[in-house]
Amino acid sequence: MQIEVRNLNKSFGDFHAVRNVSFNVEKGHLIGLLGPSGGGKTSILRMLAGLESPSSGDIVFEGKRVNELPPQERGIGFVFQNYALFKHMTVFDNVAFGLKVKKQAKERIRARVMELIELTGLKGFEHRYPHQLSGGQRQRVAFARALAPEPQLLLLDEPFAAIDAKIRQELRSWLKDMIERLGITSIFVTHDQDEAIEVADEIMIISKGRLEQKGTPWDIYKNPQTQFVASFIGESTIVEDVSKLKGFANATSWPDTKALIRPEYIEVGRLSEFRIPSATERGRVKHIHFRGSEWLVEVEVGSNLLITYRSLEKDILHPGEEVSVLVHRAYLFNESDSWIMENALKEDPMPIHI
Amino acid sequence: MKKLWIPLTYVVFLVLLIAPLIKIFTGAWANGWGGFIEAVARPQSLHALWMTFLITIIVTVINTLFGVMLALYLVRADWLGRRMKQLLNSVVDLPFAVSPVIGGLMIVLLLGPNTVLGAFFEDAGFKVVYAMPGMIIATLFVTFPLMVREVMPVLQEIGAQQEEAASTLGAYSWYTFWHVTWPSIRWGVIYGIVLTVARCMGEFGAVLVVSGNIINKTQTATTLVYQDVENFNVIAANSLALILAAVSVGLLLLMEWAKKRKEVH
Repeated sequence: MQIEVRNLNKSFGDFHAVRNVSFNVEKGHLIGLLGPSGGGKTSILRMLAGLESPSSGDIVFEGKRVNELPPQERGIGFVFQNYALFKHMTVFDNVAFGLKVKKQAKERIRARVMELIELTGLKGFEHRYPHQLSGGQRQRVAFARALAPEPQLLLLDEPFAAIDAKIRQELRSWLKDMIERLGITSIFVTHDQDEAIEVADEIMIISKGRLEQKGTPWDIYKNPQTQFVASFIGESTIVEDVSKLKGFANATSWPDTKALIRPEYIEVGRLSEFRIPSATERGRVKHIHFRGSEWLVEVEVGSNLLITYRSLEKDILHPGEEVSVLVHRAYLFNESDSWIMENALKEDPMPIHI
Repeated sequence: MKKLWIPLTYVVFLVLLIAPLIKIFTGAWANGWGGFIEAVARPQSLHALWMTFLITIIVTVINTLFGVMLALYLVRADWLGRRMKQLLNSVVDLPFAVSPVIGGLMIVLLLGPNTVLGAFFEDAGFKVVYAMPGMIIATLFVTFPLMVREVMPVLQEIGAQQEEAASTLGAYSWYTFWHVTWPSIRWGVIYGIVLTVARCMGEFGAVLVVSGNIINKTQTATTLVYQDVENFNVIAANSLALILAAVSVGLLLLMEWAKKRKEVH
């Protein structure tokens, strides 16, 4: 289903939960609504479902305004954060609910439910009650139940929040495969950036009720358009006066400008490890943390504390050690503008051509 | 300390609850089986028991219906403002706080034959006070919080999400109520019904004020017991009391069972 949202607003009393949000979703796309908790993501999802009515603005499905349409008529499937399974019904009856409401023939219901139970890998569990299932199984029941009436749009509210980390990983890829296979337009809400980046075709970053940026995960990572997006996606440190860092002296031309530097923009190591030593400067290792697959290094450069990663394959650094630091680029921003600045000294001053 | 408290608790329990029951039992049997039958078979006894039975049935049906509806509105309705909900929520408890006699008096003052409303109904050939309708209203007043207070916490606990899920699956409110909400609240409702029935049968103060206690007309079982005691007809009073007590004990046992069921779904 093709979706268009125009100038959507929602207030709960004095609290302005959603502010002037507009976006389009193309048919078959998988969209992630990403942002901090309490930022209005769930309100947007609930308005799309018709569970909440907008204070102003339009919601358009396939060119038709649906603001006044109740949830029953919107042709959507909704997966709730805590699944909201009917606890007094078996898995079979849960999945069959949407079909029984439509008064379909018994055999057809049975065939469709068994098809979905097979699809979601719940075969053998159809006579269990929700409280006899694990978290992952419940999530799949919720998914099968939402899909049973063949909705045109699938909405998922924090679908993985209540599942433990290991199974979450499996379910993510399972869900992505499943949605791709069915080709159903889907929107899911999450506060976990890894989840959004991994699962979604496109991400919408929502903060304080505003849509900050919409784009592919790579786009958003590479070209964050607001300071919030830059600091929310990936890890980063804010540097008050970037002109003090080597290679960024030009930054003095823009007063009142701060910089945001991601760990992956920074390299640390012995001087001999760098191709262009002149672009590096001295720093002191403050702390190192083992991150499972790499080291996280806190390094002091002048008055700034920077964070970066270091491969486990390289020599281990020690706290207090003098190291060389190369800052590849920084994301500069001020009140009105934001842009990316590359390290000016990175171009080899004396290139040797062979 | 413990050695003192345990027997003391038993003594209080015996004196307050068991001793009166035994007294009622022996009192009713003072003249043997015949005395009991004779007391219960009096026309005013049969009429009073019939009145109590009728009031109980009617009040329980009305109270169940509106109690469940009010609980649903108080918990679920978004169109009811938060302040309005708070106000209604506290008004629901009013009958707990007000003495039943005063409740009955309010009805007399509002609907009695000398009032505008009462006169209007009387002209229309519909007697409210000192008649069945007034007694039903009085009993409704007294029992009203019971159902609401039983169902509301259950509704709050299960939350609105299952109902919302049903709505996204295409079910409208009636279907959702019977297939999703009802299975979750039914034991709470049954518990509420048991409490309402017990209260209806035992109600005395409000009914006494409103009914005028007219023998063979507006007399209920409890008010007849009162009258029999006044007339030193102790065997009759005990016999009727025994019937009321037996039904109540049966109901309370049913309630215990319902309470257990409430926890499983």
